[in-house]
Amino acid sequence: MGHESTVMSTHSKSTGLPRKRFYRARAHSNPLSDSHFPVPIAPSQFDYASHYPQIFGETVETSCQRKIEFADIGCGFGGLLISLATLFPETLMIGMELRDKVTEYVKERILALRTGNPGQYQNISVVRTNSMKYIPNYFEKGQLKKMFFLFPDPHFKEKNHRRRVISTYLLDEYAYALAVGGIIYTITDVEELGEWMKSCLESHPMFEALTSQELEDDPVVKLLTTATEEGQKVARNGGKTYQAIFRRIAQPAH
Amino acid sequence: MEDQNMDDGDQNRETEIAPAQIAVHPSQESVSVAVGSDLRVFNLREGLPVKLSDDGHSDSIRAIRYAANGKLFVSAGDDKLVKIWATDSWRCVYNVASEKRVSAVAISNDGLFVCFADKFGVVYVVDTRAFTEETPTSIIKKGVPILSHYCSIITSLEFSPDGRFIITADRDSKIRVTVFPQNSLNGAHEIQSFCLGHTEFVSCLAFVCNQEYPQGFLVSGSGDSTVRLWDFSSGSLLDTCDVGAEAAFADRKEEEGLLPITDLCTVQDGSLVAVAIQSLTGIMLLGCDLSKRNLSVVKVVSIAEETYIPTSIGSASTAELLWMVMGASSLNISDIKSLVRIRVLSGFSKCNAASVETLVLEDKDTPGGEQMLQTLQGKLSVEKEAFSSAAEAVKNSMRNLLIKKQYSAERRDFRKRGRNDIKNKAK
Repeated sequence: MGHESTVMSTHSKSTGLPRKRFYRARAHSNPLSDSHFPVPIAPSQFDYASHYPQIFGETVETSCQRKIEFADIGCGFGGLLISLATLFPETLMIGMELRDKVTEYVKERILALRTGNPGQYQNISVVRTNSMKYIPNYFEKGQLKKMFFLFPDPHFKEKNHRRRVISTYLLDEYAYALAVGGIIYTITDVEELGEWMKSCLESHPMFEALTSQELEDDPVVKLLTTATEEGQKVARNGGKTYQAIFRRIAQPAH
Repeated sequence: MEDQNMDDGDQNRETEIAPAQIAVHPSQESVSVAVGSDLRVFNLREGLPVKLSDDGHSDSIRAIRYAANGKLFVSAGDDKLVKIWATDSWRCVYNVASEKRVSAVAISNDGLFVCFADKFGVVYVVDTRAFTEETPTSIIKKGVPILSHYCSIITSLEFSPDGRFIITADRDSKIRVTVFPQNSLNGAHEIQSFCLGHTEFVSCLAFVCNQEYPQGFLVSGSGDSTVRLWDFSSGSLLDTCDVGAEAAFADRKEEEGLLPITDLCTVQDGSLVAVAIQSLTGIMLLGCDLSKRNLSVVKVVSIAEETYIPTSIGSASTAELLWMVMGASSLNISDIKSLVRIRVLSGFSKCNAASVETLVLEDKDTPGGEQMLQTLQGKLSVEKEAFSSAAEAVKNSMRNLLIKKQYSAERRDFRKRGRNDIKNKAK
C-alpha cells in the first residue's frame, strides 16, 4: 500500500496522468554502451500479453496472430504514440526509448490513459531498449508497416555520427523489419541532420521518397509536427522542421 | 585513482594475449599457425618450412584463412593490417589497411573477394581482381565497407556454401545472414535473416552440408555453452546441443559458470562437427543428422597426457584429419613467452557418425612429422607447466574481450567522476 501511494503522488490529482517533473532525465544517452536491460532473445519471445493485456489477455488463441505494426523509435514522452492510438485503433504499436526514466513515464501515461478511457489505448505500449542494437530481437522480417524517427539526437560532432539513429547501415536493418510498401518517417529541427537523414534514405537502394501528393494524403504526416512534445516546442519557438519520408521498396532481383 | 589504473592495466594485458590460430590448406598442401604477431607456415607437400617474403605483422594476429581454391591466404589482426598472400610463392601480394583492429576474415567461394570485419562491427570487402603481379606490396589499399553490426565485435565471418550469403556473428549473440550482391562494392543491404537464440556472444560459425543438402545448414558455437543448428535462409533454429553440460558430464570437474565454445570445424560433405570447448581437455565430436535436423554428441576425444585445450581447429577437405592447436602469446610466465602445441586427430571423416574411429596421432606420425612440429611450435617438446597457465590466460582474455562488463553502482559513480565533460565544466 505504501508503495502504491508514493507512485500515485507522481501523478496529477485532477487528470490521473503522470507528471513529467518526476521523470526528469538527461536529454542524451549513449547508444554505444553495453546494455544490461532484458531484451527478448527473438521476436517470438516478446511478451505481448503483458504489453497489450486486454487484447492478448484471455483470448490468446484468437488474437495471437496480431503483431506490432508501428514502431516509434526513440518515442520520448510518447506524444505521437498517443495520437496514433486513436487514429489507428486496430493497429498494435510500440514506442522504443533508451532512457529508463522517460520509458517509465510513458508506461505510466499509457496506464493512466487506459484507466481514464476504458477500451482505448489498449493498442500502444512502450519498451526500454536500444533500438540501434536490438530491432531484430523485437520484429520479424517485414513485420512493420510504419517506423518513426522523430527529432532524434543530432550528434553534431563528426566522430559521433555513428551514434545517429539513421545511417546507411542501420537502414539495412530497418528495411529488414519493414514490409515492402512500409513507410519510414523522419523529422528534425536540425538542418544538418535533416540533410543527413534525407541523403541516407535517398542513396539507399531499398527506399524511395513519397510523392508530394502521397505526403498530403497521409494523415500521419501532420502528426509529426503537432503530436510530439519536441514538435510542439519547435512550433512554439517558430522553428523550421525538415522531414524525410520514404517507402520501403522491393530489392531488384539478383 | 591508483587502484583504477591498475585495474585497467591488468585488463589490457590480458586481452592482449592472443589465442593461437590454425588454418589448413584445402588440399593439405600446407598448414599455418599464428601465435601473437608470428605467422608460421609449413609446406606439407615438400616437407619444408615456408620462408615468408614479408615483414609480417607487428601485433597479434586474430584471424587466418585459406581461400577455398587454396590460391590465397589471408592474415589479419590487431595491427590493423590485412595481408593477402599468394600461396604458391608465399609472397604478400596485397596489404589492406583497416581503421580498427580486425577480428575476422573470409574469402568468397570464387576467390575474388576478401572480406574482413573489425572490432566496431563493420565488414569491408576488397576486390582481389584489382591487383596484378606488378602491384608493389608497399601500396596499402583500403577496403570498402559493406555492412555493419551496430557497434559490436564481429567474431566470425563466413560465406554460405553456395556463395549467396555472407554470415556474420557478433558478441551481442546475433547471427546475421546478408545477401552478398553481385556488385558487393555498393554494399550488402539486403538482410536475408537473423539467427537468434544464443544468449551469450557467438564465437564461431561453420556449415554442414552433403549431397542431399548442398545448400547446407549453419552451426554456431557460443559463450552460452551451446552449439546450435540453423536453417540460415529463414533464420529458424533447428536444434540446440548444450555441449557445456555434456562436457561436464563426460569428465570435467565442476566448473563455475558456462563453458564457452571456442571453435568449430566440420567435415566437408559429411555430418561430423568438431567442437573445441573452453576447459575441455580434448575435443568433442557431434553428429549432425541433416534429414532429422538434429545434433547429438558422438564422443569426447580426450587428450589427457597434457592439459590440452585446443584454441583453434581446422581440417583440409581432402584428408580425414583434424588439426588442433593450443597456444597463446605474451604469456610471460617465468621464462615461457608463448606456447604452441599441435595435435592431429585421425579418423575425422565423412563416414557414418555412429562408427567414428579416431586416434590422436603420435608426433612422429603427423603429416610433416617432427620437422612440421619444430616449425609451427618453435620447438619439439613443450613444458608441461605452460599448458595450464596458457589455458587460464586464454580463458581470461576471451572473457575480457567478449563478455559484457557489469559494474557495481559504486564503481559506476566512480567512473562518472572521471568524465571529461563534467571536469571541464567545473574549471
